Amino acid sequence: MVYENPDGVKIGLEIHVQLNKLNTKMFCGCSSKYHDSAPNTHTCPICLGLPGALPVLNKKTVEAAIKVGLALEGEIAEETQFHRKNYFYPDLPKGFQVTQYDYPIVSKGKVVIEGEDGEHTVGIWRAHMEEDPGKLVHIGSIEKSKGVLIDYNRSGMPLIETVTAPDMRTPKEGRRFLDKFRNILEYLDVFDGNLEGAMRVDANVSVYGGTRVEVKNISSHKGVEKALLYEIMRQKNVIRRGGKITQETRHFDEARGVTIGMRTKEEAEDYRYFREPDLMPMKVSDWIPRIKETFPELPDAKRSRFIEQYGITDMHAKSLTSKIMLADFYEGVCKEGTDPKQAATWTADVLLGEFNYRDLVISSYDGSTIGCINDKDHSITNSVRVADMVKLISLFADGKISDRAAVEVVRSILDGEEEKTPLQIIEEKGLFKAEDDLVTKAVSEAIAENEAAVQDYLGGAEKSLNFLVGQVMKKTKGTADAKTAREMLVKELKG
Amino acid sequence: MITKEDVEHIGWLARIEISEQETVEYMEKLNSVLDYFGQLDELPTEDVAPTYHVAEIFNVFREDVVEESLPQEDVLANTEHKQDGAFKSPKIV
Amino acid sequence: MSEAKWMSVAQVREQIRNNSAEEVTARYLETIGKSKLNGYVTVSEKAVEQAKEIDSKGHDGPLAGVPIAIKDNISVTGLPNTCSSKILEGYVPPFNAHVIEKLQAAGAVILGKTNMDEFAMGSSTETSCYGPSLNPWDPERVPGGSSGGSAAVVAGGEAPFALGSDTGGSVRCPAAFCGIVGLKPTYGSVSRYGVVAYANSLEQVGPLANNVSDIAVLMDVIGGYDRRDSTSIDRKIAYQEALKDDIKGLKIGVPKEFFGEGIDPAVEKAVWDSIHRCEDLGASWEEVSMPNIPYALASYYIIAMSEASSNLARFDGTRYGYRDKGENWHSMISKTRAEGFGVEAKRRIFLGTYALSAGYHDKYYLKALKVRTLVKQDFDRALSKADVLMAPTMPNPAFKIGEKIEDPLTLYLSDVNTCPINLAGVPSLSVPCGFTDGLPIGLQVIGKPFDEATVLRAAYAFEQNTDHHTRRPPEVA
Ligand SMILES: [Mg+2]
Ligand SMILES: [Zn+2]
Repeated sequence: MVYENPDGVKIGLEIHVQLNKLNTKMFCGCSSKYHDSAPNTHTCPICLGLPGALPVLNKKTVEAAIKVGLALEGEIAEETQFHRKNYFYPDLPKGFQVTQYDYPIVSKGKVVIEGEDGEHTVGIWRAHMEEDPGKLVHIGSIEKSKGVLIDYNRSGMPLIETVTAPDMRTPKEGRRFLDKFRNILEYLDVFDGNLEGAMRVDANVSVYGGTRVEVKNISSHKGVEKALLYEIMRQKNVIRRGGKITQETRHFDEARGVTIGMRTKEEAEDYRYFREPDLMPMKVSDWIPRIKETFPELPDAKRSRFIEQYGITDMHAKSLTSKIMLADFYEGVCKEGTDPKQAATWTADVLLGEFNYRDLVISSYDGSTIGCINDKDHSITNSVRVADMVKLISLFADGKISDRAAVEVVRSILDGEEEKTPLQIIEEKGLFKAEDDLVTKAVSEAIAENEAAVQDYLGGAEKSLNFLVGQVMKKTKGTADAKTAREMLVKELKG
Repeated sequence: MITKEDVEHIGWLARIEISEQETVEYMEKLNSVLDYFGQLDELPTEDVAPTYHVAEIFNVFREDVVEESLPQEDVLANTEHKQDGAFKSPKIV
Repeated sequence: MSEAKWMSVAQVREQIRNNSAEEVTARYLETIGKSKLNGYVTVSEKAVEQAKEIDSKGHDGPLAGVPIAIKDNISVTGLPNTCSSKILEGYVPPFNAHVIEKLQAAGAVILGKTNMDEFAMGSSTETSCYGPSLNPWDPERVPGGSSGGSAAVVAGGEAPFALGSDTGGSVRCPAAFCGIVGLKPTYGSVSRYGVVAYANSLEQVGPLANNVSDIAVLMDVIGGYDRRDSTSIDRKIAYQEALKDDIKGLKIGVPKEFFGEGIDPAVEKAVWDSIHRCEDLGASWEEVSMPNIPYALASYYIIAMSEASSNLARFDGTRYGYRDKGENWHSMISKTRAEGFGVEAKRRIFLGTYALSAGYHDKYYLKALKVRTLVKQDFDRALSKADVLMAPTMPNPAFKIGEKIEDPLTLYLSDVNTCPINLAGVPSLSVPCGFTDGLPIGLQVIGKPFDEATVLRAAYAFEQNTDHHTRRPPEVA
């Protein structure tokens, strides 16, 4: 199967990614954790561009850029340096942006995505380091603005700008590229995609018979598909009506889902690039072996390993590795002796499905608990423990609960007010399978209510077991089989 | 030779407003200086590498360690144009 | 207490020991109060307080209680820093420059901020928004620039020494015009952190003082590595240890290109007399050729203006300083910059913007950088044969106020002997070497990179065996 690309769509992306996992900004010691802070509280003479302040480069910025370059299978420059890009904007406190020009740290990379017709390679022209400007808030709307409020907390945050070749042919390929790219960056641990403004995309789009149009300000990786769909449709319609596509820059209005032509500038931009005299050039290619030594397993490699090591399907492996925190959670569940195939089903199908249903995005994994935040309202958080998942799967595998009941438990964990274990939920909701239900419940209660007897039994007093069996018989009003009750008690107490 | 249009364009690039009359004055003074700069054309430099910096230093970095930021009050102390902790400027266009 | 004027640092320290830091500071402030030189643009209200604190708590720093004047482009927390520009009206930095931290740690008392050419763009202090400072030797003449205020107050006895900055001669030129000593250190040897940039790849902070020893004292305090300046170089230089009255065997190179057309015959004679004096002291001299020096001035100005056009972009009225009104941000900043910058600053921004712009970048900026290479090679060659180079600092003595300011090119040409040094990044010191019609003449001693020791030794020996530096300007009425 070959994708014909009937409209000759060419999409290239320029992606700005904030290296927000670093502790500090690019050129100063201001903390990068400004997202929930009051305006201009994470600023200093350097990131405010006060006269006389000088930049010193955060070493981790360069390490992160090299990591990204290696993950993109690009070339790392022998020698690299910074330039000034001169232009005026209120968010730019120095009147220039420190960026890279003709010596970017990364060039000639590639990313393989799942294209319209199977594996599809998207070329990476370059990736370079640059500083983020501050943030503007318009008082009123942009059109009827009464003024602008400027917050420089973001000013000087380290960014990596990646420029792809125009190799994508559909909006879906654009989105898949971004999903993959974002996933890689999270694997590299240089980037938290859930933070506001962490990824900003500009797209270059053209169709047969037209010219390249730049769509700016696509602020989310989800918005890109919408923006591209609209822009391609717009261009095709202009040509269909016999019109001409002019080379221009358009602005994506996310709320309305449309691209808007920006007023053409009176004069052409001229950035007057020249080498930043306050920063020295770098020779860092000898860092590569060291960085490679601690290089993380990337999504594609992890996916292959999961299939091989755990014997799970490619679909499951793909889904589980779509997010490094999910992959780690899955492996955490497997490590506890859970059957990997069962674990894959319950993690990739059930848990992830429930997350998606609730608009939850995975935001953390600390080795025992996976955390989520609501994608729309970042304040709502949710979490699931590895231990609970392990227990739930084992209850299901042992035939203690039905799969419907198990799903119900997952939902309760996500929706419940208080933190509860699967067993607590099962008991409260009476989710045990019908026959064993009563006995199991009585066994749990007998254990819970007779701590002294339990301790005695565990201490070696066989007699105490008889007492507990008696309690179970009493609770089940004699409906339980005494032998089964005894077996169940032993199993519960001694595992 | 730098023209009136050039001067206007540079004024726009540098965001410095200049009047009609100033444009002519600038043109004359700038041309006399540029004329002088033109003497560099005499020197053959095809095989000469540019010197951006006399200090041949490479790899100057800082560690990724947090240092104290300025108090918001100090940040905003040099302007009266402020609101809610932010700098306030006229609308952009 | 005796006259506070024209004391060496050693004398000031003795005065402090015998009396108090407070008294010494008060005497300087009194002199400043009576001055007509327009050397200071801000006198610190805290100077006496600082001195009192040194007296009461004691301080064992090398400059404990010693007053100093600071050029108005070096940030001092709590003191206005205007670069003598209207556009920085009211701006008070919330941080100290590295050199200020060093001075304060050494116990120095900051008297105030000194006048300068706007953003250090000039050779006369006439481009200051506060008007020119006056030359103590002749108040109708300029003190030189751009650190003219710093030179004027030292020569006028209003501070024992001062800090300036030197991008293309801005310490050495006013030192020469005012008959004092000034040093432009090797690029990278003094931190630029907190010094408002004019041309980053060229400039260094430099001391101005009444004698060579005090220059060394100050360098021992302000010199050295600073992690906040990426161009700072970690290299130990012992400045005061270099002060030896012995130049036997010293090899002096005399670059004939520094004696080009337009040089004042009296200046030429004074400089040659000085070289011969050094010969008497056991040094030898030899003419050296530096064929690319005639192109240095154009190269220097293109690079300086290009860097400046970018450095000065931050002054837009949005966060600090002067702000004009405008219907939107772009018109606001265009008006602010039109009104806030003086004529010369604007001219240099225009020229620098042009030199970097599409279509002209290679013709001007790149070309200038290539010529810089050739100039640097000239210095490498000349300094491989000689220990130091000697030349006139300025081709002429101080000119009259208003004489050159109308024609930019004429003014630029006065930097012909100082700016090549900044292109090469080497150290260079100006020391008084004679007088013509009552106006001082400066001898420029140029050294190898980081070899300030030899420069200081040559200048010190010369000074110890001559009396030019002992002459004082007539009382400025
Ligand atoms: Mg960019
Ligand atoms: Zn900062």
